[in-house]
Amino acid sequence: MSQETTAHHDDHHAHHPTGMARWVFSTNHKEIGTMYLIFSLAMFLVGGAMALVIRAELFAPGLQLVNPEFFNQMTTMHALVMIFGAVMPAFVGLANWMVPLMIGAPDMALPRMNNWSFWILPFAFTLLLMTLFMPSGGPASGWTLYPPLSLQGGNSLAFVILAIHLMGISSIMGAINIIATILNMRAPGMTLLRMPLFVWTWLITAFLLIAVMPVLAGAVTMLLTDRFFGTSFFNAAGGGDPVLYQHIFWFFGHPEVYILILPAFGIVSEIIPTFSRKRLFGYTSMVYATASIAFLSFIVWAHHMFTVGMPLGAMLFFMYATMVIAVPTGVKIFNWIATMWRGSMSFETPMLFALGFVVLFTIGGLSGLMLAIVPANFQYHDTYFVVAHFHYVLVTGAVFAIMAAVYYWLPKWTGHMYNEKLGKIHFWWSTIWVNVLFFPQHYLGLAGMPRRIPDYAVQFTEFNMISSIGGFMYGFGQLLFVYIIWQCVRGGETANAQVWEGARGLEWTVPSPAPLHTFDTPPLVDDSVAVHKDNLS
Amino acid sequence: MAQSSYFVPSTAKWPIVGSVGLFFFALGAANWLNQGASGPWLFAIGVAIILLMMFGWFADVVRESQAGLYNEAVDTSFRHGMIWFIFSEVMFFAAFFGALFYARMFSVPWLGGEGTGAMTNALLYPSFEAVWPTHGPAQLGGDFQTIPGFGLPLLNTLILLTSGVTITMAHWALKRAQRGALIVWMIATIVLACIFLSIQSYEYVHAYRDLGLTLGSGIYGSTFFMLTGFHGLHVIIGTIILIIVTLRCAFGHFTKKNHFAFEAGAWYWHFVDVVWLGLFIFVYVV
Ligand code: HEM
Ligand SMILES: [Cu+2]
Repeated sequence: MSQETTAHHDDHHAHHPTGMARWVFSTNHKEIGTMYLIFSLAMFLVGGAMALVIRAELFAPGLQLVNPEFFNQMTTMHALVMIFGAVMPAFVGLANWMVPLMIGAPDMALPRMNNWSFWILPFAFTLLLMTLFMPSGGPASGWTLYPPLSLQGGNSLAFVILAIHLMGISSIMGAINIIATILNMRAPGMTLLRMPLFVWTWLITAFLLIAVMPVLAGAVTMLLTDRFFGTSFFNAAGGGDPVLYQHIFWFFGHPEVYILILPAFGIVSEIIPTFSRKRLFGYTSMVYATASIAFLSFIVWAHHMFTVGMPLGAMLFFMYATMVIAVPTGVKIFNWIATMWRGSMSFETPMLFALGFVVLFTIGGLSGLMLAIVPANFQYHDTYFVVAHFHYVLVTGAVFAIMAAVYYWLPKWTGHMYNEKLGKIHFWWSTIWVNVLFFPQHYLGLAGMPRRIPDYAVQFTEFNMISSIGGFMYGFGQLLFVYIIWQCVRGGETANAQVWEGARGLEWTVPSPAPLHTFDTPPLVDDSVAVHKDNLS
Repeated sequence: MAQSSYFVPSTAKWPIVGSVGLFFFALGAANWLNQGASGPWLFAIGVAIILLMMFGWFADVVRESQAGLYNEAVDTSFRHGMIWFIFSEVMFFAAFFGALFYARMFSVPWLGGEGTGAMTNALLYPSFEAVWPTHGPAQLGGDFQTIPGFGLPLLNTLILLTSGVTITMAHWALKRAQRGALIVWMIATIVLACIFLSIQSYEYVHAYRDLGLTLGSGIYGSTFFMLTGFHGLHVIIGTIILIIVTLRCAFGHFTKKNHFAFEAGAWYWHFVDVVWLGLFIFVYVV
């Protein structure tokens, strides 16, 4: 385990650059974390604008605002931007900021590579987004890029594939860095089973990233050669199979959805104990549950393809394997609730978002279970029911957790308290409208409205209108979030090191705002610092 | 003090250079694929910038390493970095092996009428029989022959396995601080790598010219050339690594105890070796 003693920063001797150079050349985990978070917020707004185009078009039946081709570009780009541009970078940004602080490390293990992981992203997204301004338009085949459809589009395919390669390089390097940091940079005494859960979930997420991003790279490379170099991976005439693409893609895709949620589990596991003023219930079982979810995520991928005509045995296997994931997930939900049980709870904004997460993510998990039932899946696969499912797990799951994390750690980052009243308003506004936005989509799906279409039969009108209103209200409400952050960065009530009365862990032992360099001399960790060990009573 | 502390450079100029390079590389490649006139130029600029970045970055790291700025913990971080990088490469190859297995076990038999493929076969491709190798029911790319495994590929297998031995000999020499032997074994490894690459290139030319086997030869051509092609690319990268490591051996950069760059190169070489074994068995022989 960790053998390092102290850290040696070059800039203690040379002076630290300022202005743009400070950010472009940074090797500091806090600065790089900040850049990740800002980038993610920007992409959240870009992707959100695309979502509003979609919801505006779907407000009423018939084609009103955009042509179908552009509509399809919006659904495709919205997903790519949100998944790879908003949610993943947000988690990596949080990891950058918090993992070294939580394990008592002076910085990330590979600081230069850390800079590279981040700075690839703006270029990758330039490459992706510029396709929208090209004559043949952006990709319009859905974010899954299924052949043969994706091979029949315009010039965008090559750009999208290369952009995905760049994002993959960035993610893999980011993940390698996080694993190296967690395994090699822990302060003396910070044993694996003393690590905060956010660190644990990120360790496992990083493993998933390294395992599946290259598989995605392989899948899109095959698309590229099928389109441009005459290979036949996905062409039945040459002995290949379009369904092969779906297998490879979802072998990446399902672990990917866990990449999007495991760090969120970690965040919630940090916040609930703090505001319940209790230790986390069932720490070890949380670790094992996370590991089992990660393991299972590799053997359930075909639940995305029940309708393609797989052998019956395969369908049964993937159905049961998928349902088994509900067990470790249930363990987690149980532990969060048990943590709150008889705690002296208070409901600051991070806690509200964490609680919103627990309730609403569970709804998404349950609709996932419904989707996993093969005979039922035949009815609502590729309908708005699926859209409702993944938005419950991703928006009220991943995004809610990210917002909870931002409110939770913002005082540590800025040294100021955010405006609690506005934060609460933001929470309630978001929670109400996000349900108005997504809940009706369950009904639409059950009634048979397909996803990824710009027009629909008139009987779907009311629910679509409700959903669109929810979308616009939720969407514009997020500007409040931006304002709260901006206000908190600018000033506000001074935060002390502890920030939250019930908070535990090393990050609360450093001043707020956390100085540029922390833990140059590693702290000594024993049970009194370990997050989950109870010494409060 | 520098000896025992974790080295965190204050700034890094190479990553942003690398990002710009990757951007030009990707932009150029995409443009080129779409027949854009500027494509090849942008691509070339990108490659040049990336090479510059790699050269400059590694030079910095070598310099810092020689200056003794890295302690044991930094070394461990590098080791993690290399191991997990190789793991990611393994998963990249896994995608292509997966495609090969899927084609052989499922898609081709189904097209030939097995299992649920009965109607597909009867209605779409009545004359298609599932055999391997195949270029599919449409016989894409015309008639072709395959390269028999127990000829040059077997020789190549022996060459790569031998190179695995020679690099281990080099490592032993390094650990005994025998620089002469070290360099001889490294050169032997590099020579073997070059022979391997020459045989591979010969085989490609042979396949295209005489056997009618091309990238467009249906699923067989696709899996054959993509798997061996990506492997060949990795051998080239590995050979460059070996050459640089050998030069550093000659400059006396490594000590008995402290030679992570050597080990990383050796790990990479073994990885390339193991992938080849998989290729030999599943692409050429079985
Ligand atoms: C309780 C665990 C879960 C189960 C049982 C489950 C099950 C499923 C199933 C069966 C589908 C395929 C639906 C169809 O296309 O017919 C699906 C789709 C999806 N799920 Fe889940 N899911 C679970 C959790 C999650 C989580 C945690 C996330 C992400 C944070 C997620 C994200 C998605 C996405 C993005 C899709 C749609 C992909 C697409 O077709 O574009 N799911 N889920
Ligand atoms: Cu899934």
